[in-house]
Amino acid sequence: MESLIKIVSDIQTEEAIRFVESPGSGGVVTFIGTVRNQTKGKPVLKLFFESYEPMAILEMEKIAQQAFEQWDVQRIAIIHAIGEKLPGEEVVVIAVAAPHRGAAFSACQYAIDTLKETVPIWKQEFFEDGAVWVAAHP
Amino acid sequence: MKIMFFGIAKELAGGATLEITEKPGTVGQFREWLIRQYPAMRELRKVMIAVNKTYATDEQTIADDDEIAVIPPLSGG
Repeated sequence: MESLIKIVSDIQTEEAIRFVESPGSGGVVTFIGTVRNQTKGKPVLKLFFESYEPMAILEMEKIAQQAFEQWDVQRIAIIHAIGEKLPGEEVVVIAVAAPHRGAAFSACQYAIDTLKETVPIWKQEFFEDGAVWVAAHP
Repeated sequence: MKIMFFGIAKELAGGATLEITEKPGTVGQFREWLIRQYPAMRELRKVMIAVNKTYATDEQTIADDDEIAVIPPLSGG
């Protein structure tokens, strides 16, 4: 049960997949989050991500730990990007390797859902007419 | 005591860090101080407070050398 947890400027998807692959795994499930080019029909020019990095790393480690406790998974990689990201660019990658696919799918879904709820990372959306911090207001 | 602000909270506070001499006592009292200082933070969907990089409850007491972070609604991923 090993994990790779990182916050980086540029995501390398292959790094996450290479890290989790092992001969004992029957499969790798990967989630890649990318920048959508519109929000409610308004074109998005770019996103800006910032994090409270030391706490974000701790919270990402907790997610990996919880996944190891709940499912039979062997390795997990969680890598999140910060800084400016353009539409189509990768902002988060989660890779999970397990002996059987069910555990890998479940753990990967748990990891991305929980990351959105607990990891201190914020994004600002830039439109033609200004910028907003996503989900800040009700 | 050092306070860190992130995301929209950083904009509302006018900076990323602040050193204060007040001793808030508990996290709940710190929240009250925060709203008095920056009333616009009341409009946010949710504000969490982290003490030493861990989410804190309102009952938790704050020590002088604690690192306090104001965590506005998250939007990672």
